[in-house]
Amino acid sequence: MNYETIIGLEVHVELLTKTKIFCGCSTEFGKEPNSHCCPICLGMPGALPLMNRSVVEYAAKAGLALNCDIAELSRFDRKNYFYPDLPKAYQISQYYIPLARNGYIEIEPNGQKKRIGIRIMHMEEDAGKLIHEEGSAYSLVDLDRAGVPLVEIVSEPDMRSAEEAWLYLNNLKTILSYIEVSDCKMEEGSLRCDINISLRPEGSKEFGTKVEIKNLGSFRAVRRAIEYEEKRQKEILESGGSITQETRRWDEAQGFTTFMRGKVENRYSPEPNMAPIIIKDDWKEEIRSKIPELPNARKARFMQEYSLPEYDASVITASKILADFYEECVKYYHDPKVVSNWVMVELMSILNETGQGIKNLKFTPKQLSDMLVMIDKGTISGKIAKDVFRDMFETGKSPEDIVKEKGLIQISDEAELESIAQKVIDNNPKSVQDYKNGKKKALGFLVGQIMKETKGKANPQMVNTILIRLLD
Amino acid sequence: MKLHELTINKANELLKKKEIKSEELTSALFNRIDSFDGKIKAYVTLDKDRALEAARLADKKADFTQPLTGIPMAVKDNICTKDLKTTCCSKMLENFVPPYDATVISKLKDTNAVILGKTNMDEFAMGSSTESSFFQVTKNPWNLECVPGGSSGGSAAAVAADESLYALGSDTGGSIRQPAAYCGVVGLKPTYGRVSRFGVAALASTMDAIGPITKDVTDCAIVLSAIAGIDSFDPTSSDIPLSDYLKCLHDELNGIKIGIPKEFLDNDVIDKDVKDAFLNAAKIYENLGCICEEISLANAEYALWAYHITVAAESSSELGQYDGIRYGHRATKYEDLKDLYKKSRGEGFGTEVKRRIILGTYLSDAQNYDKYYLKAQKIRTLIKKDFENAFNKYDLLITPTVPTTAFKIGEKIDDPLKMYMNDLYTTPVNLAGLPAISIPCGFSDGLPIGLQIIGKAFDEASILRAAYAFEQNTNYHEKRIKWEEGFSDEL
Ligand SMILES: [Zn+2]
Repeated sequence: MNYETIIGLEVHVELLTKTKIFCGCSTEFGKEPNSHCCPICLGMPGALPLMNRSVVEYAAKAGLALNCDIAELSRFDRKNYFYPDLPKAYQISQYYIPLARNGYIEIEPNGQKKRIGIRIMHMEEDAGKLIHEEGSAYSLVDLDRAGVPLVEIVSEPDMRSAEEAWLYLNNLKTILSYIEVSDCKMEEGSLRCDINISLRPEGSKEFGTKVEIKNLGSFRAVRRAIEYEEKRQKEILESGGSITQETRRWDEAQGFTTFMRGKVENRYSPEPNMAPIIIKDDWKEEIRSKIPELPNARKARFMQEYSLPEYDASVITASKILADFYEECVKYYHDPKVVSNWVMVELMSILNETGQGIKNLKFTPKQLSDMLVMIDKGTISGKIAKDVFRDMFETGKSPEDIVKEKGLIQISDEAELESIAQKVIDNNPKSVQDYKNGKKKALGFLVGQIMKETKGKANPQMVNTILIRLLD
Repeated sequence: MKLHELTINKANELLKKKEIKSEELTSALFNRIDSFDGKIKAYVTLDKDRALEAARLADKKADFTQPLTGIPMAVKDNICTKDLKTTCCSKMLENFVPPYDATVISKLKDTNAVILGKTNMDEFAMGSSTESSFFQVTKNPWNLECVPGGSSGGSAAAVAADESLYALGSDTGGSIRQPAAYCGVVGLKPTYGRVSRFGVAALASTMDAIGPITKDVTDCAIVLSAIAGIDSFDPTSSDIPLSDYLKCLHDELNGIKIGIPKEFLDNDVIDKDVKDAFLNAAKIYENLGCICEEISLANAEYALWAYHITVAAESSSELGQYDGIRYGHRATKYEDLKDLYKKSRGEGFGTEVKRRIILGTYLSDAQNYDKYYLKAQKIRTLIKKDFENAFNKYDLLITPTVPTTAFKIGEKIDDPLKMYMNDLYTTPVNLAGLPAISIPCGFSDGLPIGLQIIGKAFDEASILRAAYAFEQNTNYHEKRIKWEEGFSDEL
């Protein structure tokens, strides 16, 4: 029998606000453990939660960018359970009336557009972190993360394959990074994803029993876990067994899922200390106005406005900073495709090579455009330009200064080039002979020799013309 | 008059006139505590050095325009005091020293108040007799065989025994008013949201209120003025402006309409003496020109049960934070994490607390939530409606504060249901979030009887005025305790 895979994802995303959701503590990481804590986030007697207004703004912005309806009134509730990383023994979350509902993300599996529904998106606080030291009989608790704002985004069970889940996650990440509410780094824990997965016979309308998978550390792990779980469930069903509703843990090293715990009933109660969150239309529209053009729309516009191929447009618009950089360059240079080539080839490779983020680029988009203009004017060759570009990347100096300082101006003096060409011809009789015998490749070698002689500064078009004239 | 017998108002006058010094007054209170508290056991922690230091500072500044400056006072032990143990009278927090002040404490410290120490209470404020304290049983100063009431029993006893000029208490279902009634002092439960709850260990967040316990109504108005108001650390605190609570103290009550809920008088739990004292109080109001009429609060009979369900459910969530992980009692021997929780909480909490946590957890789990907690909230809405209807016609409601006078120590501790009946007249007020005061209105067998005056939300002014007028025309509040043998009344 053929089975259809049904996948829904629950994604937790940390919001990039400066302070925690219910207190004034910093959300910064990497300091000594427990250095950003106060009576409120430590759950001390009589401490009360104080709503951080920017969290509401960030969350509403995310909701709007994900095409959700934003509730005019939403509330906070408590999810009660005991764990050492949860100071109050309850997590303040939105259970009964969440902030946002009924959104979607568009994906394009196999070139076909498909909408993945978002059932709800709500605000909540993060828990702390337990540190298990190798060999010790105890765990340590770090509560710096306790109270960091999160949004939980629960999709509809609309995905049908690991590929679709992967596309959904990628688009979600791109959108949330674009609107600058989260950096969505799964490896660093600022995006966490749980999978709900079930199988049903193809053509069936009813859902099968679903299994939840936790402990996924990367997008790749999500893909692998789904593929593994599809197979596991299929084998059970085919051998006449049935699936139990349970939570399983993904083991990245071994590449399989293991039983973690059975079904649990959570205990929710209303949070009595907080007023409902009210978002009236004028505030909602103010938040909406802060949402920049989103990646899909921007990609389409780049293809139209700059006549970029789809591939170029999607690579460049995948990151807002990259796309902003690109658009700024295009303002100062007439040929968008040339800019796209430089951004996609030279810039991307040097970023990959150095591991540096585009955020910290030392040179400006205008400086890159200035350099492209210098190529067009013949001031430098395309080859030299690559060195100039590297120098700009490292030092942040303007291309003019680099060219001047290093004496990289192209040699376009007819007489000077002619005498160098003559010298090369005289020193390479064999190649000259080859050329005369019809081996056109020999010309390339001679051009290379001239370039070597001039340290690459010779104007390539002129070298070509002069050589051919001298040889013929 | 001896120094420890002074009211805030009188002491402030003397301080202003430089007839006494705060240090002198504070020392007198510690002397009083030294000779009396061995029997009364109102205090669980004293803070003598810092209190005297604060008193000397007040004397040095010599600015007594704020009436609480340099006045010695006591704090219920569930209100956090920076660098001073705050135990909630539980083994769980036996050694807990908060690194912060509750907002009410910061406000008092700003006026240079003198904190004598922390007072005994029922563990985590769960009780009506102060017997469930982990540390000690407080005695009713009027009769040492009786309870002082609770949960703010230590605060009420300290004020009644002249071991403090005033005290702070907390009231979730009557915990200020009932002990005030049992100890013959004045206790005010302000409107929910009138006084910040920040830094006060929660019992039930939708009902907890912090308020004063004082020797008379003027003092009550003075303390309320100092602690009330919006607080950026308490999102449920209200921005409704405060009244001038001292200016409203006059005995002009002509034409005030007072409702008397008949359900509170026609039942089989009320003592005859209490009923008589109450009816006499109503007569006094009529003599003052008020119109007193019987009314019905039809849903009040369900209040006690709605109240207990709400408190149990909310407190089981509130008390989860006492897990022995970050602070508080932690078991020394345990198998694993689950065992650590079980043992720490099992050892740290007393019987009544465990009873309510277990009940509350049961009532609020997924299967029972609608059946009990939500139903209780519906009853709560009906009770609020009853009060609203009553206040459409009446300015104030009066009831006895408690159906009985103080009972014997040990009499009800093993019978929770009987104990809960103590709160019959006070819990509806908390469910509706209204303000109410208890003032002395008579005696039965030498034990005080309390009169409860309930007002409209945020209308503490009308309550205080009516209470003040009553006080001006009676002398119950002036009656002194006749100390039995073995007590030294001399300093
Ligand atoms: Zn904090």
